[in-house]
Amino acid sequence: MTSYTTEIIDDGKMLINMGPQHPSTHGVINFLVETDGEVIDRAIPEIGYLHRGIEKIGEMVPYPGFMPYTDRVDYLAAMFANESYAMAVEKLLGLELPRRARYLRVIACELNRLASHLVGTGCMPMDLGAFTPFTHWVRERETANDLTEELCGARLTYNYLRIGGVSQDLPVGFDKRLLQYLDHIEPIIPEFNRLITGNEIFVKRLANVVPVTGEEAIAYGLVGPNLRASGVDWDLRRDLPYSAYGEMDFEVPIGKGVRGVVGDCYDRFVVRIEEMTQSIRILRQAVEGLPEGELTCKVPKKIKPPAGTDAFARTESARGELGCYLLADGTDKPARVRFRTGSFAAMCIIEDKSPGLMIADLVAFIASIDVVAPEIDR
Amino acid sequence: MLQSHLPLFLVLVVALGLGVFILVVSSLVGPKRPSAVKADAFECGNPPSGYARERFGVKFYLVAILFLVFDIEAVFIYPWAIVFSDSTRGAGTLSPLLVVVEMVVFVGILMIGLAYAWRKGALEWGPEHGKGLETTTAGH
Amino acid sequence: MQDLVSFLNSQLQTVFGLSETLFPYVAAAMVLAIAFGFTVFAAVYAGVFIFFERRIAGRIMSRIGPNRVGPQGLLQFIADAVKLIFKEDIIPTSADRPLFKLAPYLMFIGVVAGFAVLPFSHRVIAADLNVGLLYVLAITSITVVGVLMSGWASNSKWALFGGMRSAAQLVSYEIPSGLALLPAVLLSGSLSTQEIIMAQAGSPEHALTAGGWPWNWYIFHSPMMFVCFVIFFIAQLAEGARLPFDLPEGESELVSGYNTEYSGFRFGAYFTAEFANTWIAGALCVIVFFGGWQIPGAAVPSAEAIAASGATWTWFGYSIEYAGWGAFWLEALSFLFFIVKMAGVVFIIIQLRWTVPRVRIDQMMTICWKYLLPLTFACLFLILGWMIVLPWESTAALVVRIVMALAGAVLLALYAWRVRYNIHSAGDKVYPHWII
Repeated sequence: MTSYTTEIIDDGKMLINMGPQHPSTHGVINFLVETDGEVIDRAIPEIGYLHRGIEKIGEMVPYPGFMPYTDRVDYLAAMFANESYAMAVEKLLGLELPRRARYLRVIACELNRLASHLVGTGCMPMDLGAFTPFTHWVRERETANDLTEELCGARLTYNYLRIGGVSQDLPVGFDKRLLQYLDHIEPIIPEFNRLITGNEIFVKRLANVVPVTGEEAIAYGLVGPNLRASGVDWDLRRDLPYSAYGEMDFEVPIGKGVRGVVGDCYDRFVVRIEEMTQSIRILRQAVEGLPEGELTCKVPKKIKPPAGTDAFARTESARGELGCYLLADGTDKPARVRFRTGSFAAMCIIEDKSPGLMIADLVAFIASIDVVAPEIDR
Repeated sequence: MLQSHLPLFLVLVVALGLGVFILVVSSLVGPKRPSAVKADAFECGNPPSGYARERFGVKFYLVAILFLVFDIEAVFIYPWAIVFSDSTRGAGTLSPLLVVVEMVVFVGILMIGLAYAWRKGALEWGPEHGKGLETTTAGH
Repeated sequence: MQDLVSFLNSQLQTVFGLSETLFPYVAAAMVLAIAFGFTVFAAVYAGVFIFFERRIAGRIMSRIGPNRVGPQGLLQFIADAVKLIFKEDIIPTSADRPLFKLAPYLMFIGVVAGFAVLPFSHRVIAADLNVGLLYVLAITSITVVGVLMSGWASNSKWALFGGMRSAAQLVSYEIPSGLALLPAVLLSGSLSTQEIIMAQAGSPEHALTAGGWPWNWYIFHSPMMFVCFVIFFIAQLAEGARLPFDLPEGESELVSGYNTEYSGFRFGAYFTAEFANTWIAGALCVIVFFGGWQIPGAAVPSAEAIAASGATWTWFGYSIEYAGWGAFWLEALSFLFFIVKMAGVVFIIIQLRWTVPRVRIDQMMTICWKYLLPLTFACLFLILGWMIVLPWESTAALVVRIVMALAGAVLLALYAWRVRYNIHSAGDKVYPHWII
């Protein structure tokens, strides 16, 4: 940070720290913003500000013991980090999951995606000054959290998945309550759209703001909703199906430039809203078609993959592809753990896209790419 | 005239007195635990980088200048409104139409000024979003 | 205020038999007391309004809002004020101390002084100035100085950004807001707030034209006048830094804007001033566009009649003595009318605040300079023409006003219906049920 400061102060522009104590940097993020008061010359995200060394911890704990740590990768969508890690270990061991476990994973993950998008799309209007939609979405998220709590006893850091399956079966009556919740939230999404998505000020603030073209999105390695908003039709759940997604019927919403150009902030917002509808659709199918069977497959007592083997598994997280790389060294602990996260890639595009934006646009941009601070740095 | 303003000053004095009183009470009962960090300027939890009073966007000053022009004119229109109102009641010596025409000329000149400022880009703020952008879609 | 003082004095003299020699001292004490009363009234009203806003915000956000201190949380603002008084007053070391301390006073004074010319009824007004309207516009712009001063004195970047933004915004919107009031001055021929209110009346002979019937309100004078009201309303939203124009303190962009560095009661002064500003905006709307405190059917005695003794209010055929207690109740009723109308305007401001996002600064400037300003001038000249073609007293003008008022009623009904629809479609109910 110091080197940046001296380097930029020389050209006589005003420098300002945005974050960590700033309402629109979601979590502990720090930007160094060079501005004339309104128009930004450069916004430099400080990547590494919230580095906690989760990957290093992974090298020091046995394979199953790392699962709770993965929850801390992305606190809004912890289930996906669970799943990425579990899938990577399963790949190392060559495990085949029972069908019921796959379905339960889909239920857990999609419920989590719904909860995560509720926060993401709720924060967007909040960062533009409209507080009300956020409170409504948090109200809805509460039920989603309650359901997850029933499922695994936790509301934020789930630790629900296990290597080779899931930790617990659905509680009694869970499917009924989940369907009830889905019936409840489905008509609320149009209500939300009426309240905020179609709001003229909202559209004017987001449409045409910071468009990211498809080529750019691929070049910067954007993933998930951010990539799809740029018009790139790519979703792991459909294109490289894992767990039970191959058996699900759903659509992949992509950015169409409804009110501006493809890939603008508005598209990124709309894609997330549409993904919520699809999540509801998937959840319905998963609950209704839940097969009977085991919760876990046969997992060796001591997990010791042979030295030198490695595995990379990726899931479609709420923030895009969440990859987990594992390198085994023959002991019960991995030699190397590495996460490839969506927020990290999204963070990297900010600096190059920032020149010429206004402070308000930067806020909208950060909100639209839906970064979560701990996921940037792990 | 002065007598009608007297209550006004009284209200002002009382308001000021109330404000001072509350602040004095606050300084008496409030805690005083100063520290260097607490007394730092707020910059989102970081030590301030550089000074606040540096080069600043010139547009704000431009707005101030525009305001000066237009607000003085607006204030000038107020007495005129009274004159017009009197003339419609036959109280003044001028015919209402003449009064209106005078104001049309005056505001016309003002509007030319606005058009000039507009053309010169004094009313433009920041980047124009979505100008010159093409709609692109890429497949994977 | 002299009017109020002399009224109370005469009552005191007749009731308690006070001697004439004591009169100046009693009057002076009374003037002070009334001035103090107005200030406290302003503070209390701001507090009640804060309660009003927070409960409505709670309702909109599907939560409860403050309901612990006092009946239904009505005294929450007192608890808040006490809390703020007991907070530490922090002044940053890099700040310009004198300016930093002075700025909140300017805010406070700007608002309270603006308050002084608001007529709540025929007699409840601190100072009826002959330039009242101009005075309100002028004195409330002192807050611009306060805001800019606080932004500069804080010597903190976020505060400076907020100060600059709000200076740009407040001065820009001063122009359309000032010009949108001009048609009312044209129509009434006066700048006094009282006279503008009293001019919004038809012929005093007939109960259906006298006093504050909606078709006598200036807002329904002509379609352009309605546009003027909308312009004024938007401009006042910006003046009061309310959403969608809360850029000066837009908390998700500028942390807290110009008052970032303030704490304790200095922050409280900003907070109160901001709320009171909204209230003044509502009051100005009511004074200029909604007939002020006028009661439907009640013809107020003229100034000459009051000067000569024996003046009466006439209300639906009844004559009520101006100096008597009967008139007192009429005053109380008009006070109620004023407050209810104002609460209506303020309610819409609050509802907007919790419904819409914030505009960007370039959009804010565009709205002001490229749309509102030319539109205001156009309206001004159209109204001039309208006044010459259709004078206020003519029957045709009255018919147009009645049609406009009916259209306004339809608009209001549509609005209420939309609110009801939205509440009910969310599966919600309004208590008590009969409201909507």
